[in-house]
Amino acid sequence: MMRTAWLVATKDLRVEARSRVLLWQVVPFGVLALVLSGLALGPAAAGKSSAAPGLFYLVTLFVALLMISRSAGIEHTPGTRESIATLGLDPAGVFLGKTLALTLELWATGLVLLGGSVLLLHTSLVGTLHALPSVLVTLGAMGAAGTMYGALTAGVDGPATLLPVVTLPAFAPLLVAGERSFSAALHGGALWEWWLIVTVALVGYLAVGVLLYGVLEES
Amino acid sequence: MKFTQRYLGVATIVTLVATIVLGLWVTPPATQAQGGDLARLLYIHPAIAWVALYVSFGTTTVASALYLWRRTRSMVMDRIAYCAMEVSVVYIILTLITGSIWGRPTWGVWWAWDARLTSTAILLVLALGYLALRRANDDPEIRARRSAVFGILIALNVPVIHYSVLWWKTLHQGPTLLTPGQIAVHGSMLWTMLLSFFAFTFQFFWLLRARYRVEEQATQARGIEQADAIAARQREGA
Repeated sequence: MMRTAWLVATKDLRVEARSRVLLWQVVPFGVLALVLSGLALGPAAAGKSSAAPGLFYLVTLFVALLMISRSAGIEHTPGTRESIATLGLDPAGVFLGKTLALTLELWATGLVLLGGSVLLLHTSLVGTLHALPSVLVTLGAMGAAGTMYGALTAGVDGPATLLPVVTLPAFAPLLVAGERSFSAALHGGALWEWWLIVTVALVGYLAVGVLLYGVLEES
Repeated sequence: MKFTQRYLGVATIVTLVATIVLGLWVTPPATQAQGGDLARLLYIHPAIAWVALYVSFGTTTVASALYLWRRTRSMVMDRIAYCAMEVSVVYIILTLITGSIWGRPTWGVWWAWDARLTSTAILLVLALGYLALRRANDDPEIRARRSAVFGILIALNVPVIHYSVLWWKTLHQGPTLLTPGQIAVHGSMLWTMLLSFFAFTFQFFWLLRARYRVEEQATQARGIEQADAIAARQREGA
């Protein structure tokens, strides 16, 4: 299973590295969305770091949708599913591999957006670094959940509109817990409770994915 | 089956009528500090929320899990999960409406950014997403598999909603009714409230059974339509 996961993850990352969509389209979109969020709030509110964690996670959600859609799309190019079925790859390994690749992409984009929030939204660098571990875990949970939701909506009528409808509400608890842990890292407060929620979500999504991804592959 | 439907219907009507009579005329009004007559919403709102969050989602989750388990995989489970989710949408909307009716005089607003309210609204969107996902898949087998997986994924959110009143600072009352040693409702009010839980649970299964029959007949009709279409094509070819 781990070998399959590694193969799938490297395959997805190689596709991403060759297409450079992440670098030239997704990351710029994220930075642009961060700037626009600041503009929408106005200079007085955007300059206060209290708004930064929420804006960071909101922008990350939108960026994550693009990445999930791309990640699921790779498996739905003609012939890919048949090849996977023929090779007899372990679906749990495929799920873990796709999750790993998506999470690494989310981490890369998240780091850029965190830098953006320090520069544009005036969050303290020390507080942001303090929040980094919880951000990474939250993005990992988004990666695991996103892989499942991406597979659910791939190949249906209107996947572009269906994906946000099913994914965004499911991400809401992660958004809240992530935002609270980021705020707690910046301004002080109970950090571990939010860590716990996000970690439980990560483990839950990984467990469900390992168990049920194969059912989606069958279809 | 008709027998079950009839008994469920009778049980629903009897318990609902008893809840209404007890709730409106027999139980005393609460003190003004506790909301006065507004507190009578206690006889419907928690029971509706119980059905919306636990009974209906529980039914969908169990039916989805049974569909995914190869030994019990059948389209009957898929239809039960789907029908339970569709009925649950009605109950979630009713939960939000009755909660708002309580919230306006109590909190001064129809909607507050409260953890329990927001998480319930998110659950409504997830349930609507489930229905949208079903409509986006034409193949019955694929639709059933994807819906079953989504049904399980949605269930992960129910504990978040349940514990939201404990995790977040919230305006919503905590789970005092089910906390041992902390029962905050007494006497006839408590019994009426408990009766309402039975009434709405019976009502849910009654509606579920009726919706299931409609879905079953719709599936049969689609099968007949398909058979007719194939026969018509064959006649054209002959």
